[in-house]
Amino acid sequence: MKRFEGMDFMRIDEQLSEDERLVRDTVRSFIEDEVLPVITEHYEKGTFPTDLIRPLAELGVFGATIKGYECAGVNNVAYGLMMQELERGDSGFRSFASVQSALVMYPVYTFGSDEQKDHWLPKLAKAESIGCFGLTEPDYGSNPAGMITRAVEDGSQYVINGAKMWITNGSLADVAVVWAKLDGNIRGFIIEKDRAGFEAKEVPYKLSLRASDTSELVFTDCRIPKANLLPNSGGLKSPLMCLSQARYGIAWGAVGAALACFHEALEYSKERIQFDKPIGAYQLTQRKLADMGTEIVLAQLMALQLGRLKDVGKADFTQISMAKRNNVRKALEIARESRTILGANGISGEYQSMRHMCNLESVDTYEGTYDIHTLIIGNAFTGLEAYS
Amino acid sequence: MKIGVLVKNVPDTETKIRLTADKQGIETQGVKYVMNTYDEFAVEEALKIRERLQDGTTVTAITLGPERVVETLRTALAMGADEAIHVDDPAFEGGDSLTNARIIARVVEPMGLDLILGGKQGIDYDAAQTCSALAEALGTAQALIAVELKWSEDNQSLEVRRRIEGGDEIVHVKLPAVISCEKGLNEPRYASLPGIMKAKKKEIKKVDLTGVGLDSAEVGASGSATRVVGYSPLSERPECRILEGEPVEIVKELVRALREDAKVL
Repeated sequence: MKRFEGMDFMRIDEQLSEDERLVRDTVRSFIEDEVLPVITEHYEKGTFPTDLIRPLAELGVFGATIKGYECAGVNNVAYGLMMQELERGDSGFRSFASVQSALVMYPVYTFGSDEQKDHWLPKLAKAESIGCFGLTEPDYGSNPAGMITRAVEDGSQYVINGAKMWITNGSLADVAVVWAKLDGNIRGFIIEKDRAGFEAKEVPYKLSLRASDTSELVFTDCRIPKANLLPNSGGLKSPLMCLSQARYGIAWGAVGAALACFHEALEYSKERIQFDKPIGAYQLTQRKLADMGTEIVLAQLMALQLGRLKDVGKADFTQISMAKRNNVRKALEIARESRTILGANGISGEYQSMRHMCNLESVDTYEGTYDIHTLIIGNAFTGLEAYS
Repeated sequence: MKIGVLVKNVPDTETKIRLTADKQGIETQGVKYVMNTYDEFAVEEALKIRERLQDGTTVTAITLGPERVVETLRTALAMGADEAIHVDDPAFEGGDSLTNARIIARVVEPMGLDLILGGKQGIDYDAAQTCSALAEALGTAQALIAVELKWSEDNQSLEVRRRIEGGDEIVHVKLPAVISCEKGLNEPRYASLPGIMKAKKKEIKKVDLTGVGLDSAEVGASGSATRVVGYSPLSERPECRILEGEPVEIVKELVRALREDAKVL
């Protein structure tokens, strides 16, 4: 198949700076050379390509927007473009980077003490340490405020009890940022994997994000020093701030998955001959491609504008919800449509669209489901809360 | 050691090249430009030498061309080059390889470079002349199409393994020298994100006609001994015909086609 070169129908590239394009093209080459040749096999086996973690760290992907602490310090648009390219590889692969950056490094950077930042951020940037983020619980998904996990003070320690579910990198990680109620108030805690009473179990039988580690974390009288509390965290707002970071990256990432599918379906439609002409010559296929391409341009524009707003500190969580909700659902629809253009070949792992489609079912659900984002946007418009 | 690396901004290999209406050039609209593949080996080798020596060795990327070529200098800086020089003047336009090599020679002469690395050829015009012509203009040694560099203990000379037809030739070269690089020499690194951010802050030195101290008649199209008179695309490959049927029938038809249609028998 013709090599992927992006899709720039509306010449949005001209709105990007030289370094933003360079970041994108660098990550694009990495995905092309290192990830795409191995991802199908990992997906089939249900394994994460752990040997690519160090090379990713060497590229400077983790915590890329953080200034200092041996991080790259790129702007939010460059970060978004990077997420786009990572997810063009695989949503699971992008999820790994999202968790490490937006859900582990960001809370340490934002809510941590100087000692915590100095200790953890350079290690996490270099992937000498891998992190995960525990907010969702088996019985509290869309409603995290109801969480059961508790931290109780005991002398110089906190004792943690509870369980966290659907945790990306949960088993790979050697450190977790865990949200638990301390005296009824939600606080963030750094919990090292080797603490007694901390157990991680991989979620079996996944049909989506197969090239990603998804685990359950269980804390049974897990004791941690008081110094492991993120001192500046407090209330549900703290983890939601982390989610805003991650959702922003997902809004871009979804564009990457959509681009991968669109590119594959487009090239296939020009080569696949039925009834003596390429299927791309039929009106039904052209209608699909026109719809897909248009949705990609719209998603690109929304992601870019959101990034520009974020870079000047004006991005609001409701705008992030709109971009995440729209771009992921559209990417999911594009993946399904691409699969139809590929016909029977589309169900084979030789092609990417169905893998992206299965992945996007998770992406549409995690970091705020499509429906929850609908209600957040509804609330922003009407001033009325539908979920309380 | 002071190392210079010649880099060139060329159309991406995937770009479909279209000729301009007058067939005097290529349509640049919509063309994606990247660093010439072979120049990536040159940049990587320079960085590896610097990393090995750890003695304050500097790597300077140099390119000649219009404003767009700056992107390739940024890539070289992002990979790790220390400095970059952009040689550009409207008068340089239309120059051939020899003329351009003379301009670059003027730029690098005062720098006192010990080693100049470049790609074995540009993947756009395939002239493969710049490194040679530059060595000639500077009066230094040259070794082309290098796949391995083995340094002497004092780092003042090296053995260059050159890929030639059917094998390798090993040449001993004394510095200063110009060496052109071939695939296989190394694995070029990716520009890292911190590298890109650092490159953004580095200043790119500009050198124009006055800077090189040449007369406008000596450079560009007017200073060139050769002139491109036109381009033509390769003729389309004739349509492929697949014979079907029983082997005996196919062979009969094949022999007939070779005799009568293709007239090769």
